[in-house]
Amino acid sequence: MEKEYTLGVIVENKSGVLAHIAGLFSGRGFNITGLSVGETENPEYSRMTIVVRGDDKIVEQIKKQLNKFIDVIKVMDLSSVPSVHRELILIKVKATQSKRQEIFQICEVFKGKIVDISHDTLTLEVTGITDKIEALISLLKPYGIIEIARTGRVSISRGFKKGGER
Amino acid sequence: MKISGAQAVVEALRKEKVKVIFGIPGGVIIPLFDVLYDVKDIDVIITRHEQGAIHAADGYARSSGKPGVCLVTSGPGATNIVTGLATAYMDSVPIVALTGQVPTSLIGNDAFQEADTTGITRPITKHNFIVKDPDELVTVMKKAFYIATTGRPGPVLIDLPKDILTAEIEFNYPETIKIPGYNITTKGNPRQIKKVVEAIKKAKRPLVYAGGGVISSNASEELKQFIKKTGMPITLTLMGLGAYPGTEPEFIGMLGMHGTKTANYAVDKCDLLIAIGARFDDRVTGKLSMFAPHARFIHIDIDPASISKNVTIDIPVVGDAKEILKEINRHIDKLDIEDWIKQIEAWKKEHPLTYENDDILRPQYIIERLYELTKGDAIITTEVGQNQMWAAQFYKYTRPRQFITSGGLGTMGFGLPAAIGAQIANPDSLVVDIAGDGSIQMNIQELATIAQEDLPIKVLILNNGYLGMVRQWQEFFYNKRYSGVDLRKRSGGNQKEDKYNYIPDFVKLAEAYNAVGMRIDKKADVDGAIQEALKTKKAVIMDFIINPEENVTPMVPAGAPLHKMISSKEDAENYLLA
Ligand SMILES: Cc1ncc(C[n+]2csc(CCOP(=O)(O)OP(=O)(O)O)c2C)c(N)n1
Ligand SMILES: [Mg+2]
Repeated sequence: MEKEYTLGVIVENKSGVLAHIAGLFSGRGFNITGLSVGETENPEYSRMTIVVRGDDKIVEQIKKQLNKFIDVIKVMDLSSVPSVHRELILIKVKATQSKRQEIFQICEVFKGKIVDISHDTLTLEVTGITDKIEALISLLKPYGIIEIARTGRVSISRGFKKGGER
Repeated sequence: MKISGAQAVVEALRKEKVKVIFGIPGGVIIPLFDVLYDVKDIDVIITRHEQGAIHAADGYARSSGKPGVCLVTSGPGATNIVTGLATAYMDSVPIVALTGQVPTSLIGNDAFQEADTTGITRPITKHNFIVKDPDELVTVMKKAFYIATTGRPGPVLIDLPKDILTAEIEFNYPETIKIPGYNITTKGNPRQIKKVVEAIKKAKRPLVYAGGGVISSNASEELKQFIKKTGMPITLTLMGLGAYPGTEPEFIGMLGMHGTKTANYAVDKCDLLIAIGARFDDRVTGKLSMFAPHARFIHIDIDPASISKNVTIDIPVVGDAKEILKEINRHIDKLDIEDWIKQIEAWKKEHPLTYENDDILRPQYIIERLYELTKGDAIITTEVGQNQMWAAQFYKYTRPRQFITSGGLGTMGFGLPAAIGAQIANPDSLVVDIAGDGSIQMNIQELATIAQEDLPIKVLILNNGYLGMVRQWQEFFYNKRYSGVDLRKRSGGNQKEDKYNYIPDFVKLAEAYNAVGMRIDKKADVDGAIQEALKTKKAVIMDFIINPEENVTPMVPAGAPLHKMISSKEDAENYLLA
């Protein structure tokens, strides 16, 4: 059965690694829906959060293929352990005087921030799980969305241990 | 003491006990060739094309088990080895490829002869490096050899910018190396091994299906013990030929698209399939959902990513085949599988590999005679196509590293340069390239390397005037519409001058390269010609004018289940109608 998987991948922090991993997904026809990268607590390593769609078998293959890369230090399946998932969106919407108040309210409900304001636009910053971000987008659509920038998901396991070790 | 980067590369090669490298120089790599000028203990073989160099390094590695080394310049030198890297990657061959690169200050500037070599080769190497800091050079060399030769072997590329080769560095070669993201499991999990032993004891119709991994792991002896102890039948993949002696009664031939009927029937009927160092390639399995439909699967492999990739495995064992077989051998005995063996013997009797026995010069006959006259002892390399399949079917390989062929990628032009590498690694062995008239021309320039190095390689061309394997598919599945496969003169040529109007005249070509050329077009002349060639100290090109429309049989149509084998256009039509 096809579903969404979130993988945390620790990789060597050097040039070419991102291209290598992106190449794996295109080369083997894996369906990647999200990717984010940043440095970790150890500056030699970066952490990627990769969101993929597929069935168990495909995701098992992806994990194995990732593990095979010499620049990959560790692959964690964060869908199989309790984890926190977050995404950040910056969204610029049309905001005429008459609509401003409504948009402020939406922003408040979503625990967001207004990060920029102009004569007829507002830019909101919101973080949350993907569903929440999608809900925000659909609520703001009627006002006229001008531009969206999203980070892609970052995920981390809950509890004391690293990477969902049990 | 400080030495130059180029000297450090050579010192590292010495530490890795490299005796020979294959390559072609160019602008940015001159500093390295300059150092090699004074080096006596490492032989530098200059090929005529970089593809020749990397295939030669590959043939050297496959025939010796030692890593092959290839050295080329930046840009076109590097792009010319791409096919060779992909070939070695698909067949898990340990190669270290050193490529020159423009100076670090120019990288990204579209400098003269600049190509993004690591970018281009990333998906076709086990790993690659670009050295941007001279202090990293020595560790990178160590890592490259370590990665290429351990675990599931493969090609590793090191891109060497010119300024790294000229920089002054301290040479401290590490004795051992740890790479955090590279962990190999060699010892099989004891619980899994126990399960394997239990499954074997319970099996009524067990079958071993072994591949190139057995050869990489040097596990042939252990495999032999396993088979002799249990009495189990064994089939081999194209890459596995030689891993178990083709002369032993337990061997039932190759399986897959051009496998024997016995092997394919046995797969279809077995109740336990033990895959060892094999990867369930589509040319082996045919229609995946109907592959070994009654069997439980055991898979022994060093590469966890190979397990359950195509077929769901019941009992996987990750590790080195040699270690694992050793362990299994301690717990097994003769199996009670007499009925199964009887069935297999009956298939063998009923369905041997055959061909028409008449006066026509047929390729199968030539290879059978080559087998007899060389006492089965030659190292055989092949090109790709029908020639390759006949070489697999009709020569019996009795030891690992005796049969050298491009299996996974199917690279035409592989055989001749691979023979160079094999001959250099085995100076006292007889090396024969079994070739097709099409493929041989893809690296024919290497006849010059053969002449330069005085290599006594024998080239046996099965000349059908066609890109024969493609023609066969067109005969079977495209109603004989021979599109793009005829290699003869369009005009029909001059019958008086050249009765076959084949291009080129391989006999004249042989002479141009200081080799001996022979043309054989009669069955009765085959033995005499082969004997004469074997007596000749020089390279020989034997141009056998074979039946142009000879086919490789049996054949499993692509995507069909293994037991649906066909042998002719009529069979194919019936199959497609059914
Ligand atoms: C580099 C490359 N190009 C194309 C092919 C496709 N191909 C596979 S077999 C074959 C025919 C080979 O002809 P020849 O060498 O004469 O061998 P034959 O089948 O006639 O024995 C071709 C074109 C290939 N395998 N490799
Ligand atoms: Mg041909």
